[in-house]
Amino acid sequence: MLKTQERADPPARQLDHRRRRSLRAKKEQRAAYLFLLPWFVGLAVITLGPMIASLYLSFTDFNVTQAPRWIGIQNYVQMFTTDPRYWKSVEVTLTYVLVSVPLHLIFALGFALLLNQGLRGLAFYRSLYYLPSLMGTSVAIAILWRQVFGASGLLNDFLGIFGIHGHSWIGDTGSAIYTLIALNIWTFGSAMVIFLAGLRQIPADLYEAALVDGAVWRQRFFHITIPLLTPIILFNGILNIISAFQAFTSSYVVSNGTGGPADSTLFYTLYLYQQGFTQFHMGYASAMAWVLLVVVGVCTGLIFATSSRWVFYYGNK
Amino acid sequence: MLAHIGLILGLIIMLYPLLWLLSASLRPANEIFTAKGLWPGTFRWSNYTDGWYIFSDVTFGTFFANSFLIAIGAIVGNLLSCSMAAYAFARLQFRFKGVLFALMLGTIMLPYHVLVVPQYIAFLHLGWINTFYPLIVPKFLATDSFFIFLMVQFIRGIPREMDEASEIDGAGFFQIYRRIMLPLMLPALATTAIFTFIFTWNDFFTPLLYLTGTEHWTVPLGLRSFLDIEAKSSYGPMFAMSVASLGPIFGFFLASQRLLVRGIATTGLK
Repeated sequence: MLKTQERADPPARQLDHRRRRSLRAKKEQRAAYLFLLPWFVGLAVITLGPMIASLYLSFTDFNVTQAPRWIGIQNYVQMFTTDPRYWKSVEVTLTYVLVSVPLHLIFALGFALLLNQGLRGLAFYRSLYYLPSLMGTSVAIAILWRQVFGASGLLNDFLGIFGIHGHSWIGDTGSAIYTLIALNIWTFGSAMVIFLAGLRQIPADLYEAALVDGAVWRQRFFHITIPLLTPIILFNGILNIISAFQAFTSSYVVSNGTGGPADSTLFYTLYLYQQGFTQFHMGYASAMAWVLLVVVGVCTGLIFATSSRWVFYYGNK
Repeated sequence: MLAHIGLILGLIIMLYPLLWLLSASLRPANEIFTAKGLWPGTFRWSNYTDGWYIFSDVTFGTFFANSFLIAIGAIVGNLLSCSMAAYAFARLQFRFKGVLFALMLGTIMLPYHVLVVPQYIAFLHLGWINTFYPLIVPKFLATDSFFIFLMVQFIRGIPREMDEASEIDGAGFFQIYRRIMLPLMLPALATTAIFTFIFTWNDFFTPLLYLTGTEHWTVPLGLRSFLDIEAKSSYGPMFAMSVASLGPIFGFFLASQRLLVRGIATTGLK
């Protein structure tokens, strides 16, 4: 109907119509750029500009008061070959990421599964489990953690019931990092809420069909639940890895800015802060930041690249 | 039944430290490190006033006021700039849209530390150290891309007939944004506002960098400096101020749990 009408239009009117359409498109484009103006400025001034600047600074010796002095790759060489504290911070951060992220996800998924069994009081449990996630990155909780894992803290009170005499978990180089890992795991509630939302998307008839086929709980879990949750596992995993690499407040507050005892809680970002903002080795800090960017980029890149093998999108394929 | 027992046990372990904190904030110092159980033997309410006035030159009232001021600035900034960008990305056609959208998504994953040194130097040259500008101005430039993404997703769920109808009625793009989009986006805007508040309130790193003078400190900075006060008598006041600092977060939690849970379920914000 429309087509015949258009064809019936005299050529002049058609041209007019087209011109009006392109005028509208132009107006739309101009409007779009206006709406995006703050974002453009932010991208240039707050994000991309500083990124380029920090790449440049990473090849310089720069202490804020004097102009940056070009030293080539010396910061990187020093970092990788002659700075034991740098490698310590890498070790601490990798331990933190590799231990806390999987446990965080396992707890989140475990409790999401428990909550997804049609129990009464779901909203109540869900909210309260979520509460620590809102507070977990605050200084108040880090201060609390100093006490919980201190020599006369909550954990030792609890262990005392069983006749175990604890020591200061925060003062011990072997256990200090695990107190911070415990803090990260404590905030599993937000990942749990996301898992719960995902679990509710799984069509019930899949389970019914599996039940008819005589699948036991374990089979239903590994052949239905886990595959259908893989997109959410991917999402939660990436989110947690990125934030774990950048953890700062807890180690700063718990160790009072030192990363101690004996650098056992010296997170990468804390060392970067010390280098850049207490010793004013800004070039060195920039080089550290770029290595962090590359590592986080490679990690997420690898996960995305392998995801086509293990992430399953229901209904898409 | 077994599931309930497990869930309640889990909850007790999760929430016990918070209850302990509340109880410690009301105890005299000698009791904090010796007493067992949650109920204070003697209630020492003065921990709260002692903590409030612990610094000779400023009170925690100043820190709370500063924190609120920065949070409100950040909220207004994020709501305005992110909703504008989101409207353009979700509804309007323009050149390089695909590339720019990908760029916007990419910045979500960018570690803040790559930007921090040059930003610090730039703000130093602008004379913005020890002012609130470094904490508020970037929010007006839509730098929290996560919220743009959240709003884009939300707008995509709004039927296009809504804006097409008003366009036929002669409304311009700005009017559509102002009269149609913003009112319909209210749930997404509320989620953004609440999460911006919580992030800003908890933020420690940025204030640590930029706010050097005590009179400009935020609550987290005030709390942290308790750790430099060696006196044992400051433990009660320190825990009291810790509780006070969690108060607004808890308040938002109680007032908007549903929205918070929905916000996190759909977007994965923390």
